[in-house]
Amino acid sequence: MVSLSINGMLVKVPKGTTVLDAAKKQNFRIPTLCHHDDLCVAGNCRVCVVEQLGGKALLAACATPVSEGMQILTNSLKVRSARKHVIELLLSEHNADCTKCYKNGMCELQNLSNEFCVGDHLFLELIDLKNYTIDRFSPSIQKDDSKCIRCQRCVRTCEELQGVNALTVAHKGENQKISTFEDLSMAEVICTNCGQCINRCPTGALVERTYLDEVWDAILDPKKHVVVQTAPAVRVGLGEELGFEPGSRVTGKMVSALKRLGFDSVLDTDFSADLTIMEEGTELLTRLKKALVDKDPTVALPMTTSCSPGWIKFIEHSFPEYLPNVSTCKSPQQMFGALAKTYYSQVRKLEPKDVVSVSIMPCTAKKYEANRPEMRSSGYKDVDYVLTTRELARMIKQAGIDFNKLKEDKYDSLMGVSTGAGVIFGATGGVMEAALRTAYEIITGREVPFENLNITAVRGMEGVRVASVQIEECKEEWSFLNGVELKCAVAHGLVNARKLMNAVKSGELEVHFIEVMACPGGCLGGGGQPIPTNEKIRKKRTEAIYAEDMSMKIRKSHENPEIIRIYKEFLGEPLGHKSHELLHTHYTKRVRY
Amino acid sequence: MEHKHVKRVDLIFEKVECREILEKIVKMEPDAICQEVLESDLKGRGGAGFPTGMKWRFAANETGSIKYIVCNADEGEPGTFKDREILDQVPGKVFCGMAIASRAVGAKKGYVYLRGEYKFLIPRLNEELIKFHQMMDEFNHNFRIQIRLGSGAYICGEESALFESIEGRRGEPRNKPPYPTSIGLFGKPTAINNVETLVHAVVIIKYGASHFKELGTKDSRGSKVFSVSGDTPKSGIFELELGMSVNEFVEEFGDGDTKAVQVGGASGFCVPRKRFEETIIGFEGVPTGGSMKLFNSTRSMYNVLHNYLDFFTEESCGQCTPCRVGCQQLLKGVEAVKRGDKNSKYLDELVKLAKTMKRASKCGLGQSVGNAFGSIVENFKEEIIY
Repeated sequence: MVSLSINGMLVKVPKGTTVLDAAKKQNFRIPTLCHHDDLCVAGNCRVCVVEQLGGKALLAACATPVSEGMQILTNSLKVRSARKHVIELLLSEHNADCTKCYKNGMCELQNLSNEFCVGDHLFLELIDLKNYTIDRFSPSIQKDDSKCIRCQRCVRTCEELQGVNALTVAHKGENQKISTFEDLSMAEVICTNCGQCINRCPTGALVERTYLDEVWDAILDPKKHVVVQTAPAVRVGLGEELGFEPGSRVTGKMVSALKRLGFDSVLDTDFSADLTIMEEGTELLTRLKKALVDKDPTVALPMTTSCSPGWIKFIEHSFPEYLPNVSTCKSPQQMFGALAKTYYSQVRKLEPKDVVSVSIMPCTAKKYEANRPEMRSSGYKDVDYVLTTRELARMIKQAGIDFNKLKEDKYDSLMGVSTGAGVIFGATGGVMEAALRTAYEIITGREVPFENLNITAVRGMEGVRVASVQIEECKEEWSFLNGVELKCAVAHGLVNARKLMNAVKSGELEVHFIEVMACPGGCLGGGGQPIPTNEKIRKKRTEAIYAEDMSMKIRKSHENPEIIRIYKEFLGEPLGHKSHELLHTHYTKRVRY
Repeated sequence: MEHKHVKRVDLIFEKVECREILEKIVKMEPDAICQEVLESDLKGRGGAGFPTGMKWRFAANETGSIKYIVCNADEGEPGTFKDREILDQVPGKVFCGMAIASRAVGAKKGYVYLRGEYKFLIPRLNEELIKFHQMMDEFNHNFRIQIRLGSGAYICGEESALFESIEGRRGEPRNKPPYPTSIGLFGKPTAINNVETLVHAVVIIKYGASHFKELGTKDSRGSKVFSVSGDTPKSGIFELELGMSVNEFVEEFGDGDTKAVQVGGASGFCVPRKRFEETIIGFEGVPTGGSMKLFNSTRSMYNVLHNYLDFFTEESCGQCTPCRVGCQQLLKGVEAVKRGDKNSKYLDELVKLAKTMKRASKCGLGQSVGNAFGSIVENFKEEIIY
């Protein structure tokens, strides 16, 4: 332990603790901008400077480890003057047109300038807005350099958490900026649209492309029938934007709010998650059969999941040789969209052209996915608009709904019934667990041999996890799997996905089935989820997801009555003709540059 | 005050048989080398003046089998050009200095980080390096040197940015601590020294610490190579004894009309005529990495300051706020005062800002912008305003 004093108060902390954390322990919050719990130390904004008695220079609290006998002042004259200068300098190169900014009221720089009463412009205005244009080419991410404070959180996110490096620092001195390869738009580079940079941007430099007006227009158009689907992770995140603690489950209130907003039918992506399990599980078993029985050398194993559009774009750029390994299943969002304008319209006797399909996602990559040319198999755009969890919260606020006071409501029927298996899609390892619950039962006729169906080996926050299930006493048609140890691997965060794929490529890791979620923690840590995020918050959301699963009456996809019905009435069988037409697709090889 | 002459010295450029030095050091215990250099009171000749012996001992005391010696030859400070001459005249001595450091620290690999504009030196250095490596083999001393070329960024002369550059990343300074002697190049203990410092080490091993200490003052031992430029009839490179006053220097090098001397380049201090007498060139007064620029009364100090600020505005790496934005504010600020858009009181605000930059910047670049700014504004305020 190291003892030091913070503003004259003694504190003992473990060796290696930063001055920032030691001060926090003494209830002194030191302001930060470039610091983020999920990222490595940068120490470049200098807003956290503190004074060490006897020292000449001020120290960056976030980057300085404590040392024995240190005497730190966090609010001395020198500190206050330097801190105010730093904020003023940042504002002098910042497009501070706050009332027009999407992040107005949610901006860390705005909060700090408010705290430090930076009202009068002490320094010269350095920014010339004529030199800036907002990059709106990407359907997911909007980048406005005029609001960038060069904290490099986005750069570190893209490198450390995602291993993508789409964003990087370019030039030096006054010209330094956060840029992309050749300064191309976000739509033209290897960006996976995951939106993790948005989650960590302290200002409005990186935000989602918003489609709120389009959705309102559709809702308010009497000729349109607007269906909305909500992804599993939204229900455990939305509350945070509306005054609830992280980890609050607000499913019923959310459904109630959506109905009040005027959506004609409030449905659940969990339903199509269950459908994904039916299709993807069958696809895996078919591939295994081809490999083990037919000895077909062309069959691509291991098979990987395809639910995460960030992962899809990543593999298209970085491991295109593994595209045949990706499940041909569309993501639950896109399956839902394709069915909304076919099956749903048919049963509800609606003209597909009058149906507008909206999805609420924890994700920004879903916006890109919905715009992919592959995603129009219903003959229309399968999903018209994608809103993030944050955008939904904004809609609720715009409509003047007091979320807290809402009574809980239930999803509408027809593609609104779901299972616990569908819910856990929102957490890393969830698709794997849901698939195993169903596949094991298809093969053996028995439930997976885990207490309460909880396959804890695939859960958790470890970046890459490997697990296996021993398959024995199969049903006759699956007897070729007798004695097979079904091996699977799970990765979340693209930096871990790269590790996993490299291990597969080198032969170091041999598995049958791989689940990858682009975002840390899975969808619940998605780029469309409430800000801030850190591991503690993501763990709370994870607990909420599994609690939601435990609370469901049905917890296996193949037992979902609406799934049974759709196969009987519309699809026929998994991987059948109709499924192929509507629920499956192929992806494209892309270059890195 | 009695006027004494500036003493010229010839130790750095003196031709030395490196073989003799190597013979000597392979027989010396590593700690004895550190001790000898420590006793000499040799301080880093890049400008910052950290005691070289201490630096080596810190690195030597680190456990772990991989350590590095880095020679900082990214000489970029405006007005400094002495390392170029040293590398050109006595490259063998530079390598020899690195070999001494490697023996003292226990490093097997060394890098010379050469300023991009000094590319023309490479054939000459490579030729010398082959001979050096042969000698290393003869003495059975396991040490190899590799030359890495910079690409023109001033900031890469900052030691940790230099490491980043060698490692193949963007040249941005790191947070300190940890210091290079514990976590340096490729995350390993590293002793990084200026070109001239390494040659001084050769001199110290050759003649002994006591001989080295005969020159200079208590705080600034030995001699120093100066790059003299500006309004002088004798511009060029001179090795002089440390401890002279600016007055003595100007007597020797001035053109009779010197109004100010910029000691230490753009990141150094401006000494006005009224302070020539009292200001010692050395660590007790104004330290310098070698740059001595004389200005006579025909020069506009506004132009001088503007030039320095322009330089820093471009050469800041841009990562930390005080330096990136502060430099621009100082530059645009003095322009605004000159134009009359801001009144003279604004200069006081800028001086305060320069103080913040000195205290709150991440690395030596941002921390030293205030040196030139403060000293020029303080002494030549009228020239800045009118």
